[in-house]
Amino acid sequence: MACPALFMKPIKIKRRENRRAHACWAERLIGTMTGLSIQNLSMRFDLPNGGHVQALKDVSLDLKQGELLSVLGPSGCGKTTLLNIVAGFLAPTEGQMILNGHNVTGPDAERGMVFQQGALFEWMSVRDNVSFGPDMKGMPKSESAEIVDHLLDVVGLQDFKEKMVYELSGGMQQRVALARCLANDPDVILMDEPLGALDALTREKMQSLVLKLWKETGKTIILITHSVEEALLLGERLIVMAPRPGRIHKEYRLPFADMGVGADLREVKKHPDYAPTREEILNMIWNMEEEIMGRTEESA
Amino acid sequence: MGQIFSDLGGELVTLVISVLSALPYIAIYVAVIMLAYFIFHLVKRRLTPVHDYTSLKTVTFGDESAVVSNKVASVVSIVLIFVIWGSFTGSEWLPRFLHAPGPFVGEASFTYTVETEDGTRDDATVSVLVHPKGQKPEAPVVAPGDGLAKNDSLVVQSYRSTLLRWDANDEVTRKEGAKVVAVDGEPISRDNAVETKIGRVALTDKGTLNFAPATGMQMESIWLPAPESVWRRLISVSRDGYQNVTLSEHLSYSLFRVIVGFALGAMVGIPLGYAMGLSDWARGWFDPIVEFMRPVPPLALIPLVIIWAGIGEQGKIILLFLAALWIMAIGARSGVSGVNISKVHAAYSLGANKRQILRHVIIPNSLPEIFTAARVAMGVCWGTVVAAELVAAEKGVGKMIVAASKFQDTDIVLMGIILIGVIGFGIDMMMRWAEKYLVPWKGKG
Repeated sequence: MACPALFMKPIKIKRRENRRAHACWAERLIGTMTGLSIQNLSMRFDLPNGGHVQALKDVSLDLKQGELLSVLGPSGCGKTTLLNIVAGFLAPTEGQMILNGHNVTGPDAERGMVFQQGALFEWMSVRDNVSFGPDMKGMPKSESAEIVDHLLDVVGLQDFKEKMVYELSGGMQQRVALARCLANDPDVILMDEPLGALDALTREKMQSLVLKLWKETGKTIILITHSVEEALLLGERLIVMAPRPGRIHKEYRLPFADMGVGADLREVKKHPDYAPTREEILNMIWNMEEEIMGRTEESA
Repeated sequence: MGQIFSDLGGELVTLVISVLSALPYIAIYVAVIMLAYFIFHLVKRRLTPVHDYTSLKTVTFGDESAVVSNKVASVVSIVLIFVIWGSFTGSEWLPRFLHAPGPFVGEASFTYTVETEDGTRDDATVSVLVHPKGQKPEAPVVAPGDGLAKNDSLVVQSYRSTLLRWDANDEVTRKEGAKVVAVDGEPISRDNAVETKIGRVALTDKGTLNFAPATGMQMESIWLPAPESVWRRLISVSRDGYQNVTLSEHLSYSLFRVIVGFALGAMVGIPLGYAMGLSDWARGWFDPIVEFMRPVPPLALIPLVIIWAGIGEQGKIILLFLAALWIMAIGARSGVSGVNISKVHAAYSLGANKRQILRHVIIPNSLPEIFTAARVAMGVCWGTVVAAELVAAEKGVGKMIVAASKFQDTDIVLMGIILIGVIGFGIDMMMRWAEKYLVPWKGKG
């Protein structure tokens, strides 16, 4: 489902693939990549008391189709703002985003989103939640039923198809949220701390599931998290953001995500590079937090 | 201003005094509650102990989940209400030993002593026949006896009183200066009545005697009818009607008004609430109106509605429409604003358009709130319709009880009140059931 190789001819099939195929052709012509390009995003807004907030300043980022980026940073560094801008819920004051050759201006089914909690529709069964995207597009039930069955198989919830979502545990609910997002076949998946509310064991299982889905579907994923470990394990690329104004502080390319696909994540953590990188990032964030505290104390 | 304060202060003092006078009865009731509690626990100890989770909790005081309504207490409480009711009305449904002392009924007598101007005294006996309501017995025939004062006889209905012109057959009369100085040997004067075993004898300004038979502790049926007479009234009114209108007609009129008024209120109020929740302009526009109208009790609108629309169906439906409207609008508004923003965001990023978001996210998400509002609105409408019928109506339960009260048919008044309560309770139960059945996701978000 990922963009076919550059030289491959666009063959038959549905609208969606067609569009992607066109993007591939355009790419070949203008020599850029498929994927998401975030160019010089800034976001600044006024406060009622006359002050203003510079939530993001000059954030640039290029993501190839199929890359998994995790975003870390102390609270207030603008990572959720960044995600909301990419999702199209917020408009940046400067800069632009280009996804597969077209400008991103608002929310769209091409960018799916997985939230921390409470975003499932509790008045629908698991099946109806997952088929929500296809239903909204007016896909016939017979077709969407196939997608739903397949995805529930993938996330291991086939037996819970007819249950209401509030009858499921937190981990299962997040599986439903993942399946619901995938059912729409988006190009980019945005995850806003999707595993933040889960217990440690469930979280580990879900991390493996995210890696598996990433590899199998070839989706571009942006994952926001508070957990350094999660960012290291899941991020093929990792950016650490700094606050005031929100900006990219440092970027990493990491081998752990590839190693973790289909493997025991606890084994991955034993990799010699893992612990030092973790320490480095923890220190970085620690220092940022200290600085914020210091500044707050000065002003107080 | 000072006048108002002193008036209100006086009212407050009267109120406090009457509350204080009720304290012994409240204390008895509390004692009965505690007694029943101890008896229950004595009995419970003999039964097989329960070993559920709650029974193992050592801390139950303050643990809300450990406080489950005790079914036995509820049953005893309701039975006790009927026992008290029956006891103080002399109900046939209750064994006699549970009755509170009733009014004196039957034949008895008291004596009075006449003193003439020259100081001679003579006694005479008054034979009294006290009969229950509805009978018309003849006064007992008595031999006049000898002496200045002759024996008299009286017939009186219980809870009533009667005058005794004792000198009608005596050899001395009041005109000649004779007067009664004692009853049953106890001195009597105008300020000092005599309580005999069978009733109270008082001396009137004109010198005659006034006899009121003892009433005991039971209530006269005009104040509080016995449960069985309320039940009989229920049967007779539902079969033959009251003042040419059957009970079912009264009830259907009231229910019709409530349902139509509520339905109209919901039909306008819910879209209004949605508009207020979805558009800043609509919210700004309607907020002052809704926030002002909401605290105005619908009952306060009755006079205006009667002036505008008369006492027909229209006026009442307008009133109930207004009672339901604001509640439904506010319920729908808070249902919309209560939607978790990530649900809306999720729907947008799944490709839904505004119409689909309204249909599939906002409406289902607001239904629990709307049901809660509907329950409140139905309750308020039911209360309002009864009150409106009390003020002005031709048919309806409220009309029935206010008409009955004018004829002192207290049993119909009581029956109406009980019916109103039962129907109000039934409406609430139905709404709860519908809520459970239609919005099972309530509170699960």
